[in-house]
Amino acid sequence: MNGVNGRYMDYAGGRLPLGMVVSGSLSEGINVRLDDGVSIEDIKIGTFVSIQGQRNRFLGVITEIELESTDDGIAAVPPDMSSPLLAQALSGTIAYNSITVEPMLIIGADTMNAAQPAKTIPPHFSRVSLASEEDIQTVFGSEDAGHFYIGNPMDMEARLCLDIDELVKRSNGVFGKSGTGKTFLTRLLLIGILQHGAASNLIFDMHGEYGWRGSSEHINEVKGLKQLFNSKVVVFTLDAESAKRRGISTDYEVSVGYDDIEPEDVDILRDTWALSDIAADTAHSLQRNLGKGWLRQFLAYAGGENFSELARAMNVPHSTLSALRNRLNRLARFGFMTEGKGSNSVDEILNYLQRGMHVVLEFGRYGNNIDAYLLIANLLTRRIYNRYVRMSEQASGDSTQQPRPLVITIEEAHKFLSPAIAKNTIFGNIAREMRKYNVTLLVVDQRPSGIDDEVMSQLGTKIACLLDNEKDTDAVLSGVSGSRKLRAVLARLESNRQALVFGHALPMPVVIQTREYGSPESYRELGFVEAAELKAQAERDVDALFGPSAC
Amino acid sequence: MNSDTDNAIPRRIGEVIDASTSEFTAQCYRLYDAPAIGSLVICGEAAPTYGIVCEARTQSIDPGRAAMPRGMDAANEADVLSNNPQIERLLYTTLRSIVVGHRDRDAIRRYPPLSAPRMYAFVRVCDAGEVAEFSSSHEFFATLLNAPMNAQDHVVSSFLRYSSAAHLDPHEYLVSAGKSLASALAGQLPRLSSILRSLE
Repeated sequence: MNGVNGRYMDYAGGRLPLGMVVSGSLSEGINVRLDDGVSIEDIKIGTFVSIQGQRNRFLGVITEIELESTDDGIAAVPPDMSSPLLAQALSGTIAYNSITVEPMLIIGADTMNAAQPAKTIPPHFSRVSLASEEDIQTVFGSEDAGHFYIGNPMDMEARLCLDIDELVKRSNGVFGKSGTGKTFLTRLLLIGILQHGAASNLIFDMHGEYGWRGSSEHINEVKGLKQLFNSKVVVFTLDAESAKRRGISTDYEVSVGYDDIEPEDVDILRDTWALSDIAADTAHSLQRNLGKGWLRQFLAYAGGENFSELARAMNVPHSTLSALRNRLNRLARFGFMTEGKGSNSVDEILNYLQRGMHVVLEFGRYGNNIDAYLLIANLLTRRIYNRYVRMSEQASGDSTQQPRPLVITIEEAHKFLSPAIAKNTIFGNIAREMRKYNVTLLVVDQRPSGIDDEVMSQLGTKIACLLDNEKDTDAVLSGVSGSRKLRAVLARLESNRQALVFGHALPMPVVIQTREYGSPESYRELGFVEAAELKAQAERDVDALFGPSAC
Repeated sequence: MNSDTDNAIPRRIGEVIDASTSEFTAQCYRLYDAPAIGSLVICGEAAPTYGIVCEARTQSIDPGRAAMPRGMDAANEADVLSNNPQIERLLYTTLRSIVVGHRDRDAIRRYPPLSAPRMYAFVRVCDAGEVAEFSSSHEFFATLLNAPMNAQDHVVSSFLRYSSAAHLDPHEYLVSAGKSLASALAGQLPRLSSILRSLE
């Protein structure tokens, strides 16, 4: 609300009065008649409000804003508004404004002053006001070791924090149509996890937004994780040449051998390669028949009679086998494919992850090739996940030996988690099994309706930027209580840097204005110290230790 | 500001000659000396009662001798009076007021008292301060709007115009009074519009 923040201090508890409760229900929300002096143009959907009941305080969000009238005739025969006095007299009396508030939490005598889900509603005529900074802190916690400041509630300066421990316990999702700030938010979440040390991150960085540098709508270039947290982040690349051209420092070059490819990697490419189910299943048969090195042997098969014989032996149509070989031949276009075994990337990545480091795998020129992204993310994740399963099983019963929790970030998630393949891919398993093996997902996607329902329902915390496709909105809000009202909130988010956050990492859904990222102040706030500043500090420390140097 | 509300010393205008708990009628000391419709008057010293003038009437003292035309040959109206000096003795003026409040010790109650004003209670026009104080709250609108009277909306708008002159910001006062009136006249939007438009 324009100028609202400056007015907070004028009111009891810093809460700006809005109106009073006049009707409502727990299921449909509380109807609040706005005070005469409150301009409806200052009220925004998704705003966080406080309702003072008799014994408890209720916290909720505005889910509807309405123009009301006590006189039905006003719509049919509007009064002559050329009279300013008449217009002013009618405003707030016969013609008034109301809002609907979805009660989310209750704090007070009935809950031992702890915030709990609202199971009742405030009585008639309870006073309603904008939530104060104190309310935000009571509900979301303040910035500390366990809470990461992600943004501000709409029109408030209070810092809204996510419980990072809760966040990494489950798989999470960041959704929004293109250009709404998904990458921006994901970067912040990754920094939160990194700073808190609750888990290691493995980021499949499709477009090179997270590692060394990224882009922003307003600033051409923002620092990536590596620049900000050099000692904690390693950048792997599939395309060292491109990295060198772009002046990006990388730590490890990943290559994949033909012998590393398994039929499961073909499964995930089924849609993008337009492979029939039979063709995809044939890859499994080939592995069974040809054993290790199946792919090399298969691609080396000469055409003609030999090939036909193989098709007959495997009992698949010649055309199917031929189609599979055509698609697999596409792998040769990728510069990171090598004969035999590739680099020992999995061991290297695991090594870093277990040391508490964070790994960004950037794709260079393959970032625009969805085949390469799916193949690599699937191949590496499957192997890493298998290692995690082994490590977890070995450590069963001894919690100190459990592998360090891992959060895997994937973009274009609907390609990995579509209903057709989610049940059979490693990503579907991870999303469903949650923390069982200390591996969770952070899925970033612009088409959540393309993700399997079961996977969506397993996501712990969802951060939704603007979505204007009804199916996508339905998918994000499925299984969420009060989803009908949240839909209105979600559909009216600003197109950039605003998001609806809900789920396990915070006690109630809330609309946030994402915190600033990209300015020197924002980097400093995240703990980044510029090289010149570091040098000056070192000199000051030397002076403090040994006295000022003589000039 | 209205000339009545400008008076520093409240002017006594007459005495109550007919009273009930909902209205009273006063006879003016002087012919034609009734305050304007919508004026706030007060009667009684021991139990002051507020009334809003809703009607003024001038008639013959003798009910059996109705007034007749006397100026057929006169050049103007003043000549009629100068040629018939007895007229002022044969006619009298009354005002009828709706009881809208009373004073209970130092507090103003904006609803009728439990007992009617006494006969022969002195009636005077309220000064600007009294008008501003009484009209600072509008609980009496319900009483005024439910009272039996002719040209009720004219009385209401006259009162608002008259009382607004006693406030520092007449427009702000009218907006506030208009909002109270809007609540009191719920479901009667054309009537409300007519009253408020007449105030512009």
